[in-house]
Amino acid sequence: MRRLATLLGLAALPLAVLGVFFVLPVAGMVGRGVWPDGVFDPGAVLDVLTRPRVHRVLWFTLWSASVATVVSVALGLPAAYVLHRLRFPGRGLVRGLLLVPFVLPTVVVGVAFRQLLREGGLLGGLGLDGTPTGIVCALVFFNVAVVIRTVGATWEGLDRRPAEAAAALGAGPVTVFRTVTLPALRPAVVSAASVVFLFCATAFGVVLTLGGSRYSSVETEIYLLTTELLDLPAAAALSVLQLVVVVALLVVAGRARRTPDAQVQRSTARAQPVRRRDLPQVAVTVVLLAAVATPVVALVVGSLRRDGAWTLDSYRALGGRGGEPGDPTLVVPVTEALLNSLRIAVDATWMSLLLGGLVAVVVTRRSRGRAERRLRGALDGFFMLPLGVSAVTLGFGFLITLDSPPLDLRSSPLLVPLAQALVALPLVVRTLVPVLAGLDDRQRQAAASLGAGPLRAFATVDLPATWRPLLAAAGFAFAVSLGEFGATSFLVRDDAPTMPVVIFRLIGRPGAGDYGAALAASVVLAATTALVMLAVERLRVPALGAW
Amino acid sequence: MRHVWRAVATAAVVSATVTSCSLTAREDDGSGAGSGAASTPSSVTTSDGSGKVVLVVHDSFALPDDLVASFEKANDIDLEIRQSGDAGELTNKLVLTQGDPIGDVSFGVDNAFASRALDADVFAPADVTLPAGAEAYELAGDDERALVPVDNGNVCVNVDDTYFTDKGIDPPQTFEDLTDPAYKGLFVTESAAASSPGLAFLLATIAEYGDDWPAYWERLMANDTRIASSWTDAYQVDFTQGGGNGDKPIVTSYDSSPAFTVAKGSDTSTTSALLDTCFLQVEYAGVLTGAANPEGAKKVLEWLVSPEVQAALPDSMYVFPVADGVALPEAWATFAQRPTDPKAVDPAEVADRRDEWLQEWTDITTR
Repeated sequence: MRRLATLLGLAALPLAVLGVFFVLPVAGMVGRGVWPDGVFDPGAVLDVLTRPRVHRVLWFTLWSASVATVVSVALGLPAAYVLHRLRFPGRGLVRGLLLVPFVLPTVVVGVAFRQLLREGGLLGGLGLDGTPTGIVCALVFFNVAVVIRTVGATWEGLDRRPAEAAAALGAGPVTVFRTVTLPALRPAVVSAASVVFLFCATAFGVVLTLGGSRYSSVETEIYLLTTELLDLPAAAALSVLQLVVVVALLVVAGRARRTPDAQVQRSTARAQPVRRRDLPQVAVTVVLLAAVATPVVALVVGSLRRDGAWTLDSYRALGGRGGEPGDPTLVVPVTEALLNSLRIAVDATWMSLLLGGLVAVVVTRRSRGRAERRLRGALDGFFMLPLGVSAVTLGFGFLITLDSPPLDLRSSPLLVPLAQALVALPLVVRTLVPVLAGLDDRQRQAAASLGAGPLRAFATVDLPATWRPLLAAAGFAFAVSLGEFGATSFLVRDDAPTMPVVIFRLIGRPGAGDYGAALAASVVLAATTALVMLAVERLRVPALGAW
Repeated sequence: MRHVWRAVATAAVVSATVTSCSLTAREDDGSGAGSGAASTPSSVTTSDGSGKVVLVVHDSFALPDDLVASFEKANDIDLEIRQSGDAGELTNKLVLTQGDPIGDVSFGVDNAFASRALDADVFAPADVTLPAGAEAYELAGDDERALVPVDNGNVCVNVDDTYFTDKGIDPPQTFEDLTDPAYKGLFVTESAAASSPGLAFLLATIAEYGDDWPAYWERLMANDTRIASSWTDAYQVDFTQGGGNGDKPIVTSYDSSPAFTVAKGSDTSTTSALLDTCFLQVEYAGVLTGAANPEGAKKVLEWLVSPEVQAALPDSMYVFPVADGVALPEAWATFAQRPTDPKAVDPAEVADRRDEWLQEWTDITTR
């Protein structure tokens, strides 16, 4: 009984937050679709599901997200090895830079990608403009960092002795990887893959820009149905469909995550210098880096050129508000938007770490009995849901449900960091859970039998092991917050806009000045993120002692 | 174990400092930025309309600061401006929050979406005297006169004149020219389903060809027309005179766009609008049904059609005023030519048939 009370006590805060800021708004929007004009009419919703266009959209979403996930994992695994197990100069810098795509506003990346891929662009010869392959490339560009960081954090803490033992017994490198390393990494790989799949399946800006009107995903379709056509039954049908797919995926992923031997021995393996046999992995990493860098470099070059000459004008414009003198495009200077973004990101980070930390602790505690295990499993899945639901549905849901006391929050400034924290929450949970789950519960029991209270046991057993993943999660949450556009654009106040919102406004205007400023602002946002990530890398405590 | 605790303590101190920084800083910001010029307590509203007024607008809204400040001062109003997506998104937000509005007054619903808002009783009639010339832009079918016309502009096909001069061919002139093989693969337009200028161009072709418009679009697609997702995508990436130096010299944009492609030190624009391909867009403002401060909202409406705001519209929002006798900026008078007879479709017909048209348009363009 007391165990159950503790469990619910820990879960209460995250549950309440998710209930008010996720379940309520989404239910409100879906309700408008199922009860048009106040009359229950699910027929219209079911009718939508028979439209051929809906089938096409659903198929494209599943296809593009699956391919992008497979490619991200295939490229991300070798890179995670190189960046987290090997030692070479500039490693921290590369790790920080790899997170840059993750925060670039999708509207800018869409433009950068199209400039590379269109006929006459640098990569125009590949003929990828407007093709599904182009969309998949962009999705991988955004998400490969998730695989690298999630898997890398686990790989780093993996005891290398079992692998060495296997090698000493005559296993070749491939066999060692297949039979020793991969099983130990599997929870982290499945975690990363499911998060990447959800990100890809709900990608919005990229698909809208690169897909033109030919290719649309469930997410872009919901956007069009809600914002342009006001076809709420159809939007509700697709939102429900999204939820169903997400839940199905989570069930499958939950099964796959369960490993026969969850208690992985953790130690702090020292990073090794690069050896000859690491060359294939290093080669993949270099190619990946080059591929990720190309759009970013194109962006930087674009921000430095105007009227065919090199200039810093676009950067000088960031102190101002764009547009013409006396007639600005923006309400505040770009520099102030950057400060807003940083402040909001700090708040979003602690919120998501607090909520995500509680969730991770709750779902990884060893269960007694099947019911309790089921309950924890359900909680685990529940907190992944925000990733799988359209930001448009959520945003419109906020408008129609959070409008009366005690929840009159439509214009509360706290909504922005909170919404971003919800978006980052699944990432935080997925980064922490594999590590916490890999801890041998006997260590906690040992601590308890030596007289340590629950807090003390947490501090001496759980915390040392989760320290690095916690930092990784903080970095992720910060990056997500800096780059989040969908939900933010709905909630942000004009006098305190964030960088992506400002960039969106600037690039939506004619005139070379605002276009250049938008590119320059994107570069600044990317550089800021890279700096923050580098600082996080520096903060890493060195050795935690062997135990 | 000790260094673990040291690390934990450091992290705690760092995060606590940063966090408290953040929260306090933001509160300071809130009170500082929101105050504008008026110092009136914002929650108190009085019968004369003073106090706080929330103006909900589309993303392209902009007016000079000093204009806003002097309006606030003269009327003892604290004007809070909230941007809420493009015209379509704004309209749908207003429809969904009808009766419990997200503000007091709204600007930015255009003639393509106005009947949807009127059907849902989003706007309440407010007896505002229109300036001379504005009546011509009133919405047909708005019998209660709930919508006040504020500005207008035309969506027109734009061409890059330098491109055609260099190639030694004449630029296209008409809708029909766009299907001419001489211009194969040179035209980019926006998605009618996702973009307001895209929808306007589709409506222009419907006005021109009537029920035969699908055949025209089939010819247009056969001539390798590119459909971009947004104005940004079309103009800034594909258009030869846009920011990205694209490869399509014909684009759907506005009649005011040529005023922005005048190179430094030059007295000619590198682009021009095809005046036979234009569709008139009128943007409206109105008091929202259930507004907390309807008197203040009405003052905002009167302000939007006042000579000062009307004169500021071209430079701020790239649109033309509805009032007669307002002087245009110099570049506009020279480069932004206006069509004498823009295309138009009856708003009621747009409301009735838009979904059907968009469905058919999507079928043709994604075939």
